[in-house]
Amino acid sequence: MIPLSAYVAVSAVLFATGLLGVLIRRNFIIVLMSVEIMLNAATINLVAFSHYLEAMQGQIVALFIIAIAAGEAAIGLAIIIVVFRGKISTNVDEMNLLKW
Amino acid sequence: MAFVFFAYFAVVSIVAGILTVALKNPVQCGLALLALLLHVSGLFVMLNAEFLWAVQVIVYAGAILVLYLFVLMLLNLKTDDRYFHAKAPYLLAPAVIGLAYLLFLLVRSPFGGSRGDASPAAILLNGDAHAIGIKMFSDYLLQFEIIGVFLTGAIVGAIVLAKTPKSIETRRDA
Repeated sequence: MIPLSAYVAVSAVLFATGLLGVLIRRNFIIVLMSVEIMLNAATINLVAFSHYLEAMQGQIVALFIIAIAAGEAAIGLAIIIVVFRGKISTNVDEMNLLKW
Repeated sequence: MAFVFFAYFAVVSIVAGILTVALKNPVQCGLALLALLLHVSGLFVMLNAEFLWAVQVIVYAGAILVLYLFVLMLLNLKTDDRYFHAKAPYLLAPAVIGLAYLLFLLVRSPFGGSRGDASPAAILLNGDAHAIGIKMFSDYLLQFEIIGVFLTGAIVGAIVLAKTPKSIETRRDA
């Protein structure tokens, strides 16, 4: 029997990896991929608690997370295409139109 | 035996996650993300969530990742020499220390709680998809409809954003 804390630990490591990726990568597409890693970590957490507490709610919310991730990927990639068309760059440091 | 499978899925998904963040070529990052998603779906099978396993493989690995790879191929990016942010070394040590403390706290905590009514035996009676369907279309019907509206809005927004804008001259004539 695998303890619940093992799943939570895997989820924590994945979440930290994704957060670090959002902070340190300069390519906007990789930043979005890191957000996907973080969403997956949250999903593992929800499904693990759903299994160990014998309740269905966690899996339902995990399904909603997957749907939200699909919408987020579509909108994020559309924004990348718009920005790339104007500036020929996906570097997050050069996207500062809304900064001030 | 279950522990061997858990260790395999956990280790490979963590390594794939680190590779997704650390690799240089964006296409290789996308393939590492594919490995991560498939092994996370393996973890779902370990947790008796077969329906989520199928959804993860079809929607995440099948649709979302293909979308990412499509855009990567479409943009035809050149890989930069400096692909990390300039302040990356200063973030690495706090992240590792914070993660170590978090893991220390997680492993010590008991995680008790009141049990629900969906025990593994009750789920195995009709299958995981049946159990999710009953719950989704009774207690969570409103949220399900909201997700439908959200996805429609997201698709319309993506199309509007990515459409080629008309040049100003033709717009003035119209």
